[in-house]
Amino acid sequence: MKEPIEKIAELYNAETTENGGRYELTLAKENIHDAAAYLKREYGYDFLLEMVGMDYGDTLGVIYYLSQSTNPAPLLVLKTSTEKSDYPELYSVCDLWDSAEFYEREVYDFFGIMFINHPDMRRIFLRSDWNGYPLRKDYDANPELNPIPHRNEFLVDMERVPSITMSMGKEIETTRSLFDHDEYIVNFGPQHPAMHGVLHLRVSLDGEVVKSVDPNFGYIHRGVEKLCERYTYPQILHLTDRLDYLSGTINRHAFCLCCEKALGLEVPERAVYIRTIFDELTRIASHLLGWGSMCMDMGSITAFIYGMRDREKIMDIFEETAGGRLMANYSVIGGVANDIHPNFVKRVKEFIPYMRKMMKEHHLFFTGNPIARGRMDGIGYLSKEKAISIGATGPGGRASGWRNDIRKIEPYAVYDKVDFEEVIRADGLTFDRYVIRLDEIEQSLRIIEQLIDRIPEGAFLNKPKGVVKLPAGEYFQRVENARGQFCVHITSKGDAKPYRVKFRSPCLTLVSALKEVAPTHKIADLIMLGASFDYVIPCIDR
Amino acid sequence: MQQMISLQDLTLWIDEFLRNLFGGTWALLIEFVLIGLALLVAYAVLALFLIYAERKICAFFQCRIGPNRVGIWGIFQSTADMIKILLKELIRINRADHFLFRIASFIVIIGSICTFAALPFAKGIQVLDFNIGVFYILAISSLGVVGILMAGWSSNSKYTMIGAMRSGAQLLSYELSCGLSLLAVVVLAGTMQVSQIVEQQSDLWFIFKGHIPACIAFVTYLIAGHAETNRGPFDLPEAESELTAGYHTEYSGIQFGFFYLAEYLNMFIIAAIAATMFLGGWMPLHIPGWESFNKVMDYIPSFVWFFGKTGFCIFLALWVRWSFPRLRIDQLLNLEWKILMPICLINLLLMSVAVIF
Repeated sequence: MKEPIEKIAELYNAETTENGGRYELTLAKENIHDAAAYLKREYGYDFLLEMVGMDYGDTLGVIYYLSQSTNPAPLLVLKTSTEKSDYPELYSVCDLWDSAEFYEREVYDFFGIMFINHPDMRRIFLRSDWNGYPLRKDYDANPELNPIPHRNEFLVDMERVPSITMSMGKEIETTRSLFDHDEYIVNFGPQHPAMHGVLHLRVSLDGEVVKSVDPNFGYIHRGVEKLCERYTYPQILHLTDRLDYLSGTINRHAFCLCCEKALGLEVPERAVYIRTIFDELTRIASHLLGWGSMCMDMGSITAFIYGMRDREKIMDIFEETAGGRLMANYSVIGGVANDIHPNFVKRVKEFIPYMRKMMKEHHLFFTGNPIARGRMDGIGYLSKEKAISIGATGPGGRASGWRNDIRKIEPYAVYDKVDFEEVIRADGLTFDRYVIRLDEIEQSLRIIEQLIDRIPEGAFLNKPKGVVKLPAGEYFQRVENARGQFCVHITSKGDAKPYRVKFRSPCLTLVSALKEVAPTHKIADLIMLGASFDYVIPCIDR
Repeated sequence: MQQMISLQDLTLWIDEFLRNLFGGTWALLIEFVLIGLALLVAYAVLALFLIYAERKICAFFQCRIGPNRVGIWGIFQSTADMIKILLKELIRINRADHFLFRIASFIVIIGSICTFAALPFAKGIQVLDFNIGVFYILAISSLGVVGILMAGWSSNSKYTMIGAMRSGAQLLSYELSCGLSLLAVVVLAGTMQVSQIVEQQSDLWFIFKGHIPACIAFVTYLIAGHAETNRGPFDLPEAESELTAGYHTEYSGIQFGFFYLAEYLNMFIIAAIAATMFLGGWMPLHIPGWESFNKVMDYIPSFVWFFGKTGFCIFLALWVRWSFPRLRIDQLLNLEWKILMPICLINLLLMSVAVIF
C-alpha cells in the first residue's frame, strides 16, 4: 500500500495525506490521467469505485476512489481540482475504466466540468437545455431560469453527441450523430412494462437483433444529493430509503454507519444484530422480487406472483416491528428507531423453513424449466475483466467470478461473526446471474439463522446528544446492498447540515453492463438481460 | 344411440314453423338472421365466460383468489369489463392508415366467427357442414393473420410493426403443423366432413382408434394450435414485456375488445377442434363391447360432452400458458421447422401406413 503512494508522490508531485487509514493523493489536473494510468498499469488498480464531484468554493474538483480487484479492501483516493471558470476542464479517465463514462457525465451534469477525450459529453440526468449546474454552490435555483415545459415534446431519435478532444495541444470540439441516419431505432421506455421504472433505452435494431443501446436517465431524478445539503443528518436518513427502494434498509444502514463513524458513536450490540437481520431480510425480499421480475420479463407471470407472495411474508415482519413495509425507516443514527416486536423472533424463525421449502419449489418450477434454460443458456456473456472495468458490483459481477462482496471484504455490522459463503460463479452468463440470486437467498437465510437466537439484551438506541453535527472532514462508508456496493461519501464542515453528500449507485454501472452485453442479442434477450442485472431506476436517478 | 337427445328435432321444428308462416324464401332469410344472431350471442357469452374462467383458473395457479367483487365469486367481472370497454374512447392515431387500422380488428373477428360457425356444438347443432369442413376450418381460421398484419402495419408504431412481423412468421409456420396434424385424422376418417368425422367416432374416439399416430397428431396439434392462438409460451406477437402489447398496442375501446375477444375465442376454437377431431366431439365415450356402459354414457347430453372435452383442452392450454416462460423468436421457429413439422410429416406417413394395412 505504501509503495504506489510514494511512487506517485515522487513521479507526479502529489501531496499525500492520510484520512482514517485511507491514503489520499492530491494531484494537479495535468497529471491526473497519467497518474491514474500508472496506478492501473503498475499496481493493478483496475476498479474505479466512485467519482465524487466537489465544489470547494473557489475551485471545482473530483475525488476518485480506486481499488484493486486482487486486494479489494484498501481504497486509494485521488483528488484533483480545476479553477472555477465558465468552462472548467479535466482529463477524462474513461479510457482506463469504463465506469468513468457515466461518472464523468454525472460530474459534468452537476458541476459543469468538461472532460477532455470523453467520447460522449451529454448531460446524463438533466435536460440538455438546462441552465446552470445544480450542485455548484453558486447555482441559481430560480424556477424562471428553467421553466417547466407546458407543451408536448417529441422524442428525438437522432441526437448529436458533443465531445472534446486534444490534438496537437489544441482543444477541438466535435459533435457526432448518436445513430446513423438509416438505423431503425425503437424507444424502450420511459413508459414500458419491462423497464423496472422509468429508464429509457434507445435501441437500434436490425430486424430482431439489437445493434446498440443508448440509455437515458433522469426521468425521476429528484436531486437527492442537492436536497441533502439542505437537510440535517437525521432528515437525510429518510431520503436514503428512497434511493434503491428495494434495499432501502441497507442504504439507510450505510448512512447511519457513516455518521456513527464520524461521530465516534458507540452503537449498542442489540441494534447491530437487529440491523444485520433486517439487512438480510431486505436482501431476500429484494432478490425474490428480482428473481420474479426476471421470470416475468421472460414471460412467466406466475413466477413473479410466487416471488411477491414470499416477499409479502418479509414485508409483514417489517410492518410489525418497524411500522413501514417497503420503506421500513428503521435504522437511526446510534441504533434503531424502536425495539423489535415481541413476535419478531418467532416470525423470523417461521419464515426460514418456509423460504427453504419455497426455494425448492422455485427451482423445480422455473430453474429446471427447459424453455427457461433454453432462453438463458449461453446468452449475455460478461467477462470478469469487463465487469471490473465497468464496476458491475454485486450479484451481477459475482456471476462473472469477481469477488466484490463488502460483507467479506470489509465486514461491517456483525458479518465478521457469522459463517456464510460469498456466492461466486465463473461463467458470467445470464443463467449465472439468475441462479446467483437464489443462492444468495440461501446464504442470507443462513446468516439470519445464526443471528436470530443471539440478539443480545440491552438498549437498542444510543441517541447522540443534541443536534447531530459531524466534525469537519470527509467520511466514506460502503456496504453491500442487494445490487452491489452502495457507498456514502459525506463532506462535512462541522455544521448540522452536510457540505456535500454523494451516494454511489450500484445500478448505474449495471446499466452500462447492459449496454455492453446487449448488442448482437435479440429484443427478447435485451429485456431478459436488463432483468438479469436487476437495476432499480430510483437508485440511478438519485 | 337412440336415447340421446338430438337438438335437430328442435331446429327442424323451428324451420317447419317458419316455412308454414312465411313461405320458403322469407323463412330462409329469417333463419339466416336468427342463426347469425345466435352465433354472435354464443360467441360473446362464451368469450365472457372464458375470460372469467381464465382469470379464476390463473388465479388458482398463482395462489390468488382472482376476481371476487362483482357478483358472487366475481362472476360478473367480465361483464363489467365488457361494459367498461364499450364505453371507452376510440383513440384516433396520428398518421396511421385509418382505413386499414379500423378494418383490421373486424377481419380478425370475422375470421374467428366464421371458424366458430363450423363447430359441431352438439348433436344436431352445427351451422356449416360442408363436405370439405376441415379444409374450410383451416382456411378461414388463417384469415386472422391478415388482420393482425394489417393492424401492425397500419398503426404507425414500431412496436406493432415488430409484433406483426413476428406474428406473420409464427402463424404461417404453425399453420403447417396444424394442417398436417389434422390431415392425419382426415386420413384415418377418410372424409373431410366434420359431422361424418364425429359420426365415425361413435364406436371409439380417434385418439384411441388411431393408435400411436393419432396420439402424436393430438399432441402436435395441441402445441401448434396453442401457437396459433398467440398465447404464452408462444405469445411473441404481443409479448407484453418486450413489445408492450405487440400488434394491438395502439388500439383502444371496443376495437381492442375485438382483438381480445378473438384471442379468447380462438383458444376455444382450437380446443374445440382438438376435441372434435381427436376426442369425438359431442360423441359420448363408447367402448366396443361394453353395451350397458355405452348406454349410461348416452344419457349425458351431447353438448355436455362437447363442452366438457373442449374445457379439458382449454384447461391444458391455460396450464401451459401460466407455467412456461416465453420462447425467443429463433427458438419458436426452430421448434416448428426442425422439430414439429418433420414429426408431423412422418406421422402422416405412419398414419397412412396404419390405415392401409
